[in-house]
Amino acid sequence: MSPIVASIIKGTVALLWVVLNALFLVWFERKVAAWIQNRMGPMRVGRWGWAQTIADGIKCLMKEDIIPLAADKPLFVIAPMVSVASAVLIWIVIPFGPGKSGVFSDLPIGIIFIAAVTSLSVVAVFMSGWGSNNKYALFGAMRGAAQMISYEVALVMSILGVVMLAGSLSLQDIITRQTEAGILGWYLFRQPIAFIIYVIAALAELNRAPFDLMEAESELVSGYHTEYSGLRWLLFMLAEYGHMLAWSAIAASLFMGGWTGPGLGALAGRIPAFDLFNYGIWPYLTGFFWFAFKTYLFIFLAMWLRWTLPRVRIDQLMDLGWKFLLPVSLVNIAATAVLANVWGWYAK
Amino acid sequence: MASQSYIDVGMFAVIAIGFVVVSMWLNRVVAPFHPDRAKLESYECGEDPLMDAQINFHIRYYVFALTFFVFDVEAIFMYPWAVNFRNFGSNALFVIVEMFVFLVILALGLAYAWRKKVLQWV
Repeated sequence: MSPIVASIIKGTVALLWVVLNALFLVWFERKVAAWIQNRMGPMRVGRWGWAQTIADGIKCLMKEDIIPLAADKPLFVIAPMVSVASAVLIWIVIPFGPGKSGVFSDLPIGIIFIAAVTSLSVVAVFMSGWGSNNKYALFGAMRGAAQMISYEVALVMSILGVVMLAGSLSLQDIITRQTEAGILGWYLFRQPIAFIIYVIAALAELNRAPFDLMEAESELVSGYHTEYSGLRWLLFMLAEYGHMLAWSAIAASLFMGGWTGPGLGALAGRIPAFDLFNYGIWPYLTGFFWFAFKTYLFIFLAMWLRWTLPRVRIDQLMDLGWKFLLPVSLVNIAATAVLANVWGWYAK
Repeated sequence: MASQSYIDVGMFAVIAIGFVVVSMWLNRVVAPFHPDRAKLESYECGEDPLMDAQINFHIRYYVFALTFFVFDVEAIFMYPWAVNFRNFGSNALFVIVEMFVFLVILALGLAYAWRKKVLQWV
């Protein structure tokens, strides 16, 4: 197969993965919110309202496309493209299963690629806010840019601790490194501080409550996408949920061993017939199951937090990022260096 | 092999942007399109928009951007060190102390910014 054709197939699969999961996640988020608030959530379209998001998507597709006269048209049009592109691009390096075939393309610079691509979403937010030529949108975008760059520093510094232990930037290597010592080898247990910083900073990167200052419905009329309506708005939502899925998958890969987990093949010693689960497509299916399970654990955590915690104030947000998370992550790097090398902790 | 990775990166971007373009085209085909002046006005809670929104920025965004820039670049300097962290062997102590010097300078920079009230959100 020529490399271009292979790339097109992979890209289409990644796009479908993001779109289908976003469809499901919107419904799931509404259901989780409803359960937490003791409501029913969407119930009308299909059983338990499962087709609600599809119906909403069709509705948005039929809506008139409005570009305000005052808007900077090129910026306004390009912003959703950048946002969606960054949500799809992250998936290149995230492993779904074992080996080379378990990941779209295991770039050796994995982590740095993720940091670079996710930064594109800041650009998209700012393009849309500035391009809308609307005061709410501009305020939302300025806040969003300040918030996202502040937390990105803490995020990158927290992942550094994981990279020190794993000795590689490729997510596939980081996952296999973790499993060498069984479940206690997970960086969730070996880098607990990095894990907590990662979760907080990732929520801030995603602009989800309690850090959803740039959208802040009550003060900014949904911030940077105030002027976006219909399908363009839907594309922003798609990218937002795509990013949420990606950050959860990265969390699962970095801290919880990603796709690794016990499969039916582990029982082969007792039931010889189960040996079949160790070959062919089965390791990939088991890997995908554990990958999806751990990813959705993190997604549920993010939703749970969103519907539980009130929004923080902007000065509290900036203080938390710069005056707490960043110093703590610097200390974490130093502590990891000392514990790992001087005192020989974390030896395999 | 390496070239395949970069073809992937380019193709993923093309496919994602193509998806947006195609769906916007589909929208153009199936949706109504009747623009008028009031509909295309900027949203300002129903009032007539007052002046342009593309104004000068407050200086604090600039200062935050600069601080971010410094720390992000320094993080990139630390990544090669972190990747090779396990392979230093007998030089380990020396290399760690070296990185500590770097970290201390970084922390001093943060303390300076803190002291100068750069990190204060007014």
